Amino acid sequence: MYEGVIQNLIDELGRLPGVGPKGAQRIAFHLLAADQADVKRLADALIEVTERVRFCRTCGNVAEAEECRICLDPRRDPTVICVVEEPKDVAAVEKIREFRGRYHVLGGAISPIDGVGPDELRIKELMTRLTDGTVTELILATDPNLEGEATAAYLARLVKPMGLRVTRPASGLPVGGDLEYADEVTLGRAFEGRRLLDV
Amino acid sequence: MHLTRLALTDFRSYAELSIELGPGVTTFSGPNGEGKTNLVEAISYLATLGSHRVATDAPLVRRGAQRAVLRALVTATRGSSLLEIELNPGRANRARLNRAPLPRPRDILGALRTVLFAPEDLALVKGDPAERRRFLDDLLAATAPRYAGVRADYERVLRQRTSLLKSAGAKSTLRGPAREAVTATLDAWDAQLARVGAQLLAGRVRLITALRPHVAAAYEAVRGGPVSAAGSVLRMCYRSTVADPGSDHGPDDQIPGLEAAMLKALAGIRDSELDRGICLVGPHRDELDLSIGGLPARGYASHGESWALALAFRLASFELLRQTREDPVLILDDVFAELDAGRRERLAALVVGAEQVLVTAAVPADVPGILEGAQFDVHGGLVRRAA
Ligand SMILES: Nc1ncnc2c1ncn2[C@@H]1O[C@H](COP(=O)(O)OP(=O)(O)OP(=O)(O)O)[C@@H](O)[C@H]1O
Ligand SMILES: [Mg+2]
Ligand SMILES: [Zn+2]
Repeated sequence: MYEGVIQNLIDELGRLPGVGPKGAQRIAFHLLAADQADVKRLADALIEVTERVRFCRTCGNVAEAEECRICLDPRRDPTVICVVEEPKDVAAVEKIREFRGRYHVLGGAISPIDGVGPDELRIKELMTRLTDGTVTELILATDPNLEGEATAAYLARLVKPMGLRVTRPASGLPVGGDLEYADEVTLGRAFEGRRLLDV
Repeated sequence: MHLTRLALTDFRSYAELSIELGPGVTTFSGPNGEGKTNLVEAISYLATLGSHRVATDAPLVRRGAQRAVLRALVTATRGSSLLEIELNPGRANRARLNRAPLPRPRDILGALRTVLFAPEDLALVKGDPAERRRFLDDLLAATAPRYAGVRADYERVLRQRTSLLKSAGAKSTLRGPAREAVTATLDAWDAQLARVGAQLLAGRVRLITALRPHVAAAYEAVRGGPVSAAGSVLRMCYRSTVADPGSDHGPDDQIPGLEAAMLKALAGIRDSELDRGICLVGPHRDELDLSIGGLPARGYASHGESWALALAFRLASFELLRQTREDPVLILDDVFAELDAGRRERLAALVVGAEQVLVTAAVPADVPGILEGAQFDVHGGLVRRAA
């Protein structure tokens, strides 16, 4: 244990994903030893995101205004929606630079163990977006693991009466993996080979 | 394949241990409770990521220590490899192969393959159906490592679906839209259970078909008489909660058919599942029926018959594994003490040709003479090569 403020910083860092107690300590002492201006920039960036970044009211992606950059972009194809679990997955799909449609971020996947059911995800919001008939294709790009598959199966059944074209990125995605960690080539190929979800 | 070195840190009774091994037979002898089984348990853990004695890792870490490290050097036809596993009870274990960290510990499966005979094997015949399912799934993973993934996935889907059934069951009088909402989510998990379950089921069915002749032959060999003798015919039949046993040989092994059968079974039993809050059909509820001379082995077979059958299962596993690839390492933990002289000799004759055989015995005289080879004394926390 260290003095109050330092321990405080270590505790806060330790709560970040992927940072253990040892790592938290290392980062804390690195910051203490670093150039003040550098640390200040980091602190400012942290404050800025908490103050400025919100979630897009349409798609749930991170945004700096009411709506995100993608929802506001008139060149994006409004007839196709790609459904993903997290904002980081939007960034992953954007990297392939081939998808020209829009997104819908669910905020996770169905996982009863964690108490996450359809009501805990942004599924109602998705259904609302589908009512006016503009959208004709839904790409279900939830993670290629069990929870992602179950969520895709759930959504496919839910929208079935609407007669949309429902696809899921196919082969190439490492099973059991995170969409985020797939490289661009793999992800690109998976999007090309997306298959129709038959339910 | 064979082990050339085993090194342990804080595993069971061993603070620090390093021994050199070679092909052929090696016997570890010493008084009760000195650490013979601990040694072979470590080897088997490196091959299966599990202990044959306990279900959790905590007892494997030496009392007072935080973690255990297991290392083995394995020589196979493909070359030699260094396996390392770090046990961190309560946290994620870590594995390295040739010093490279693996994304998941289960990626190490296949680098070392073992077949372990142990007193606990009696549970294969006398124990709950879960023992026989575990035997099948362990062997399946040993024949094709991808089944370790299928099995882990199945267990996870099962946990998810059970959790859903439980939470829905808590609101047992669900009606209207609330019931529909649960039903829709269940449908999604049913699809996963059926998809993964069908793969597991198909694997088991295929495995049993391949195993059956080997078990019969091994049982005959251990018993020392033809199985055709009246009253001793051995039968094994997979009884599935999902598919009708189409014939004596149980359900067939076609994945699409099994998936459809599972979905149908799930639909048929949904109300009971919601009432009881558990998953009632699927490979996790199946049974491998064993009978000798028309009587169920469990509850009817004598102690000696049960032992012979358990040994036959292990021998059959060994034969099956060596058929497609090089010999797995054979481990005989304390098996000779339980057998009469004739069975000892016959078992020894069956295994002596294996690439590497590791034997433990409290009484060295119990080990048949044809299994002579390297000798280690296990005593006082030390494992020393006998003069
Ligand atoms: N986690 C642990 N920490 C310390 N000691 C342990 C641990 N687990 C087991 N032991 C000790 O290891 C010993 C048992 O070792 P083992 O089962 O290998 O004996 P054995 O030589 O096979 O005996 P037997 O001939 O009776 O089969 C016991 O004395 C037990 O107390
Ligand atoms: Mg023992
Ligand atoms: Zn948006």
